[in-house]
Amino acid sequence: MSTFQLSTLTTWIRSSAVYRSIVRHGVADTNRNRSLIIFENLFLHVHPVKVREKTLKFSHTYWLGGITLVASFVLIATGILLMFYYHPSVPQAYRDMKELMFVVDNGVFYRNMHRWAAHLMVLGAMLHMLRVFYHRAYQPPRQFNWVVGVILLLITLLLSYTGYLLPWDQLAFWGVSVGTNMAKEAPLIGKPLRFLLLGGNIVSENALLRFYVLHCVVLPTALLLFLSVHIWRIRKDGGVQGPPEKASSDEVES
Amino acid sequence: MSQAQQPLTPVESNDPIMVPKRVAMVRPETRPTLRRREEKWVMTFPHLIVREAIMFMMVVIGLAVIALLFNAPLEGLANPLETPNPSKAPWYFLGLQELLHYFPPVVAGVVIPGLVVTALVVIPYARINLVAGPLWSGDKKRLTTAIAAVTVLLVILFSAFQCWAIVVPSVIVAAAMFLAQSEGKGTPFRRFLTLVTLPEWIMTWFVLVAAILTIIGTFFRGPGWSLVWPWNMYPPA
Repeated sequence: MSTFQLSTLTTWIRSSAVYRSIVRHGVADTNRNRSLIIFENLFLHVHPVKVREKTLKFSHTYWLGGITLVASFVLIATGILLMFYYHPSVPQAYRDMKELMFVVDNGVFYRNMHRWAAHLMVLGAMLHMLRVFYHRAYQPPRQFNWVVGVILLLITLLLSYTGYLLPWDQLAFWGVSVGTNMAKEAPLIGKPLRFLLLGGNIVSENALLRFYVLHCVVLPTALLLFLSVHIWRIRKDGGVQGPPEKASSDEVES
Repeated sequence: MSQAQQPLTPVESNDPIMVPKRVAMVRPETRPTLRRREEKWVMTFPHLIVREAIMFMMVVIGLAVIALLFNAPLEGLANPLETPNPSKAPWYFLGLQELLHYFPPVVAGVVIPGLVVTALVVIPYARINLVAGPLWSGDKKRLTTAIAAVTVLLVILFSAFQCWAIVVPSVIVAAAMFLAQSEGKGTPFRRFLTLVTLPEWIMTWFVLVAAILTIIGTFFRGPGWSLVWPWNMYPPA
């Protein structure tokens, strides 16, 4: 009787008709298969098959854009879980916070994770922009991607700000009151804009519902849309741009 | 396709008519990819993908540890009749809220944020950001006058509103700009300063001011937006 070996099992799986209908390339033992891993995968094919070795250095980008992206993934994952327990109404929203903290399994953990990931995303986006500025990575051909990045920063701030109201505690209510009172100072459009945002003249149940819809539907959709453009353009503009190179020679290769 | 190709014959000549040389004209602001030299390339899988996976796991684990150690704040049920003193916006808006202390609401809430966003958008289109060299590489006399004039203007403007949180960093940055004249001499830090361009000086000034305002707004403002020490802060911080 032969003993069980894991490699036998993986070989059997890899050679099965079902597996080969999903993954059409072999194991990553040749450069050809390593290429196929990238460009036969919807999610990985934002990458080229080969990258410049220097772009792998930590100080090339400090991974700040990537860290911000991962924070947004964490936010989507934990946000969906939190949505299962949340009612955007007064005072049920606040009771749901208590429910999350004292009744729901791991409720505190997911709420904490959502909160700290949100701070990380805002901070990460800011630091990423500073890195890009000091590395002069906004220079042609990447001008428009910088503008997309500014839009993404604004969406990130709005996401964080709309989420700030949802617990409906004193911190949320007065934090949002302070912010929206500033908005009404804008000439002409200020007051109508504030009315539209709050669904009234004060922060109320209507404002909670509107912020909820913005936070869970409108702004995440906008984020994914601009994020797609942002990442696609990195590839189109020749990959991540690190610190400026010393211009020892301006010779052009044919 | 069906036509037979002419056999190629090697041309042995230095005559530029016979052997044309290719010349490419490249403007300075062109694609950096055109200017590249010999570079080493590696396969994306595994080199980049493995690093991305490690980064992903480190961020998720780091956040999980922080989430286990620190609880997100939750105060009492929202009460429109009971205003906490002070009531503060989220931290990334506290710089603006701090400005509200010095300037009329329309300036702090609309004009300044509008200017910041506009300035950020035009960065890649402003010529100064594309061609700027080290600060003191140009006309030194003119630059001295310009920096001094702008600094005096900023100091007078913000002193009029008693906004020392902007006046002090402005003076410090201006002093550092003059310190950057050392022409490659002095400590490594001073030599580094000489390489900083004007857009970088302006951005550094902006970041310094924004950071100071945010820190003051977050840690040093108590009831009635009065200055307090962080350890004397009436909760909530």
